[in-house]
Amino acid sequence: MSSEKINAGGKNAQPGAKAKKPNIGFLSSIIAVIIGLIVGFIILMISNPQQAPAGFATILTGSFTHGLKGVGQIFYYATPIILTGLSVGFAFNTGLFNIGAPGQFMVGGLGAVIIGITCTFFGPLQWVAALLGGMAMGMLWGAVPGFLKAYFNVNEVIASIMMNYIGMYATNWTVKSNPVLFNSLRNESKSVAATANLPKMGFDKLFPGSSLNAGFVIAVLAVILIYILLYKTKFGYELKACGYNRFASKYAGINEKKNIMMAMVIAGALSGLAGAIVMLAGSGSHISIKDVIAAEGFTGISVALLGLSHPFGVLASGIFIAYLTAGGFYLQLFQFSTEIIDIIVAVIIYFSAFALFVRIVIDRISKKKEIAAGDGKGGDGK
Amino acid sequence: MIGVVQQMMYFSIPLLVVALGAMFSERSGIINIAMEGIMIMGAFTSVLFLNISSRFGLAGQLQLILAILIASATGILFSLLHAYASINMKADQTISGTALNMFAPAFAIFVARVIQGVQQIQFVNTFRMNVPLLSKIPVIGPMFFENAYITTYLGFLILIISAFVLFRTRFGLRLRACGENPHAADAAGINVQRMQYAGVMISGALGGLGGLIFVVPTSVNFNADVAGYGFLAIAVLIFGQWDPLKILGASLFFGIMKAVSASYSSIAFLAGLGISSYFYKMVPYIVTLIVLIFTSRNSRAPKAEGIPFDKGQR
Repeated sequence: MSSEKINAGGKNAQPGAKAKKPNIGFLSSIIAVIIGLIVGFIILMISNPQQAPAGFATILTGSFTHGLKGVGQIFYYATPIILTGLSVGFAFNTGLFNIGAPGQFMVGGLGAVIIGITCTFFGPLQWVAALLGGMAMGMLWGAVPGFLKAYFNVNEVIASIMMNYIGMYATNWTVKSNPVLFNSLRNESKSVAATANLPKMGFDKLFPGSSLNAGFVIAVLAVILIYILLYKTKFGYELKACGYNRFASKYAGINEKKNIMMAMVIAGALSGLAGAIVMLAGSGSHISIKDVIAAEGFTGISVALLGLSHPFGVLASGIFIAYLTAGGFYLQLFQFSTEIIDIIVAVIIYFSAFALFVRIVIDRISKKKEIAAGDGKGGDGK
Repeated sequence: MIGVVQQMMYFSIPLLVVALGAMFSERSGIINIAMEGIMIMGAFTSVLFLNISSRFGLAGQLQLILAILIASATGILFSLLHAYASINMKADQTISGTALNMFAPAFAIFVARVIQGVQQIQFVNTFRMNVPLLSKIPVIGPMFFENAYITTYLGFLILIISAFVLFRTRFGLRLRACGENPHAADAAGINVQRMQYAGVMISGALGGLGGLIFVVPTSVNFNADVAGYGFLAIAVLIFGQWDPLKILGASLFFGIMKAVSASYSSIAFLAGLGISSYFYKMVPYIVTLIVLIFTSRNSRAPKAEGIPFDKGQR
């Protein structure tokens, strides 16, 4: 499970790669999406043929049921998974598989909740402090597997899985043992102070009734920042070089240990930010004391894979998966359970793993065409 | 104390079985991060079988043995998806595994709701037994042979068979060759793809079985969840350095920590310390991290694992 071997979508999204390659990556994603939707439709047909067409239409258009509010909700749901997807995708680009996004997400939420409840002295800037606190916690949780990977060659996948569980228990333990944080009636964390809630930035007027807030803007800014970092800076180039070949980078004079650490710290910061944004949304999100790993973190892996680990791809796929999920809520009207969305996304991810195969097939077809074209010319010559 | 040992077995045996399954896959060169999903699918079909067959009066050990077969068969079928993606399609094995992990719980919930309306599948546990004679032995008898499950003994049997197959048979040698250097194996006339299929399918059989034997002693229903044991089993595998006996040690260690965290309040001296149960829940993970620091320098991971085998790349 060595990470050098895991390059995921990263390969498809390299700068300087010929224009053809990203196209094939994009094409195989589209094919995967279509297959995923078809499988979803077939499963609906098998389970209840009468309701299936209406149910399927709901998956595709259900998120518009409530007009502008629905549109706002799509972006609201997309915000955390764009950030966790960006976290996983960024790490993929540096050759690391950050399966620790769920843990970083949870401790990020914890950091935000602690500052959001206790540090009222920040006044109107409390939400900024809480966001930074969440990011710092995420960075810490990413730094541990990064450090172990860089200095002790510990597989970051397994270290991240361990950190997920440690993060989950640490979060629950901290909340439950602190009366200041814990709402024992509802078995969850208390609400953060009003000044810790993210500003609405006029989204409540643009999309009335939706929970959309500044978090989405922050997520988009993060996407742009990560894009610039990866593709326009020397530091980003070094990070990617380490991803391709840690040892070659070392001999090229790159401090590969520092880079591996920094990559995981940045990835952790993004997931921590996602957790903080959810907890500071002011729409009833709390840390509930359950021994369950946060789903938003795992969804981030799907978002990154579908988005080919490219920051803009992650933005698009995050919105797409949020769109399907929002539509899926209305499936219950047709007595279908919303898990069909997870099934569809899983099928999409499964088939997007075939990208390499699709590329081989397309290469073969285009080679055949060239040969055929060559033969044709030869024939004309006679 | 006797209770703790019994509890430990409930947690250790599924970890042992699933980690051994993952070992076969990784030894053949295919990373199988999908163990969690395979466990869920195996537990899903077999618990569904328990639920339905109970209505026809089936109970006891025969029912459990049939359920074991169903769980393993389901695991094999589901693992074929991973095998096809990683062996034939040369897909990234982590992505394929992640997809299967996502698919399994969603599928189990969806189908359970379609069939019976709710996602929890109930079953009646009629599988505890007292082994004649052996249960009369002082201390050891009550620990291992009273209120015991045949799955516990099955787990140890699988351990012995696994160690034997891996190190003492031609099949085992070939399987390991495929994980270490598939091109050399290929040159020696071994069908690498077939060996890798075998490795993944064994992991499917043991993963599905592990799902069932995790659910049966610890619960009265199945809720599309095996509490992250598939991921834990992969940790056990790495902790155990891909070696059957060390895997046993690692799974016993995880099991005892789990058992202590589940029942520490009934152990007088631990309850007296007044440490939160969360502490005991966290310890196995923290200890694993620390152990990894010392073992990772000279990792015994199969050298070719995770790299799609391509005959042309020699």
